[in-house]
Amino acid sequence: MTGTLRKRDVAILLIGFAFLYVPIALVVIYSFNASKLVTVWGGWSTRWYGALLDNAQVLDAAWLSLKVAFLSGVFSTILGTMAAIVMSRYGRFRGRLVFSSLIYAPLVMPEVIMGLSLLLLFVALDMDRGFWTLLIAHTTFGLCFVTIVVNAKLAGFDRSLEEAARDLGASPIGAFFQVTLPIIAPSVIAGFLLAFTISLDDFVIASFTTGPGATTLPMRIYSQVRLGVTPEINAISTLMIGTVLALVLFGFALSRAFRGGGGAVGRA
Amino acid sequence: MQQSLVRIDGVSKHFGDTTAVDNVSLDIGAGEFFALLGPSGCGKTTLMRLVAGFETPDSGSIVIDGIDMAGVPPNRRPVNMMFQSYALFPHMSVAANIGFGLKQAGMGKADIAARVADLLKLVQLEKLGQRKPDQLSGGQRQRVALARAIARRPKLLLLDEPLAALDRKLREETQFELMQLQRDLKIAFMVVTHDQDEAMAMAQRIAVMRAGQIEQLGGAREIYETPATTFVAQFIGEINLFAATVERGQVMRCAAPAFTCRLPEPMAEGTAVSLAVRPERIRLTRGEPQGGEIALSGQVMDSVYLGDVKVWRVRTDDGGLLRVSAVNSGNGTDDIQRGERVHLAFAESDIRILPR
Repeated sequence: MTGTLRKRDVAILLIGFAFLYVPIALVVIYSFNASKLVTVWGGWSTRWYGALLDNAQVLDAAWLSLKVAFLSGVFSTILGTMAAIVMSRYGRFRGRLVFSSLIYAPLVMPEVIMGLSLLLLFVALDMDRGFWTLLIAHTTFGLCFVTIVVNAKLAGFDRSLEEAARDLGASPIGAFFQVTLPIIAPSVIAGFLLAFTISLDDFVIASFTTGPGATTLPMRIYSQVRLGVTPEINAISTLMIGTVLALVLFGFALSRAFRGGGGAVGRA
Repeated sequence: MQQSLVRIDGVSKHFGDTTAVDNVSLDIGAGEFFALLGPSGCGKTTLMRLVAGFETPDSGSIVIDGIDMAGVPPNRRPVNMMFQSYALFPHMSVAANIGFGLKQAGMGKADIAARVADLLKLVQLEKLGQRKPDQLSGGQRQRVALARAIARRPKLLLLDEPLAALDRKLREETQFELMQLQRDLKIAFMVVTHDQDEAMAMAQRIAVMRAGQIEQLGGAREIYETPATTFVAQFIGEINLFAATVERGQVMRCAAPAFTCRLPEPMAEGTAVSLAVRPERIRLTRGEPQGGEIALSGQVMDSVYLGDVKVWRVRTDDGGLLRVSAVNSGNGTDDIQRGERVHLAFAESDIRILPR
């Protein structure tokens, strides 16, 4: 299996990559198009990035999206990690099935239903829709992803490590923060990044749960696209791709660092 | 025995329908080297975890150093444990692992560093303080786990199968080091092991456990020479067991191999007993043995050469099967081969009478 790739294999691989990345590459390339027409190439330019800086509506939406993504990511991570610990540590407590079903529900439920049910809830509670309702909705949605990722890591966690910490004088909370959390940190970070990107990408739930004063970036893009695709949209899309890619790479590097800096020497 | 440090009194622990520890009582003296010995699933690890505080007894009490441990969490007990898997924190350096317990106790940074340096020296790992556990060999990890467990100067150190993960040569070396360390530190050690050699070599007293109960408690010699039950007799070393019945006039009759012998104390007629004889107490000869002993004859079925010891299995003429062993001393009987006719002899005093 470790031999050189045959020509046919290389061709299949290239088709696969093309399928995945050509549309993205086109968006990125056309964002540097000097022409005003989206489908006609008029030479290289960064004018649309400049135009973007003057577009207060888009900038406001981007800032709101980042705020919501970060905060809902943080809340999702805290709640999701707690849920994962409860599910992996406390065995078969009463209502465990109901608890885990509720945690995982957003994963299988259609987003439209999720958005609608949250909308109905906020209306019933007479809450003004806007930033806070958006934050609550995205936290509900994001925490299930964090729970899945952290739970997978805890399943393989050696409990005697925690017991050793307790034996050496640490309180239950002390043992968690000094031993458990640093060891599961890579998956907690991965869970945060997942929740962050999902919040940043979300359109459906946001459109149900937000109000007039709080428009997220995907919603702003959608409303502009309805008036016609401009190269400006390509520019903002490219920036979003860049942000998400940077986050993923950052998370990857961080989880490698957590796996023990010296560990690499041992394996080398 | 020294002053009692740990008093376990009528402790039981159930997991669902299974009884892991069944009404166990025992005392461990200050500075004693104590071993819990038994096959897997006998409850020895559960008993250790009860002492450490990771499990709560269903009934009974555990008193350590005069204080009842009921409701005292593991982090407040004057006890430390060395885990079978060592449970070294993978994200911390060797020095941070060893200093972990001291940090929890609120010791200052400089004091911790000094104590860790002493401990690293004690376990001969001076140069490895900055390594991570996954950069150490199995033997080195064992030493780190040991250093970490004694860092807080516990009154009692619990060791769960401390040598199980080491290879044979290292195991013997470490055994002597542990004994030396225990004498130097004057800490009571409680070792859990399934390895009889380990327990016999190191411990002053051994509790042999079976199905949650202590079958016998005593020194290595006592347990080996005078086992209390057939389980202990078979678990510790090799032994020949024969079914026998008590007859009138304080005589026991054994069917296969067929022989009679006198009872040291009178027993009710018709009582069924087991007679136990260690293989090394039976003499194997080509010629007739001298009188005054129980003499049998038969044919060698197998002959096994183990270097320092030779072992034979002999089928007696009346259908009994005996295991005989002898030190390889170079005298005439060592070369007895399979198929040879032989005589067997042992003294009545070498027979141990056990309830059946």
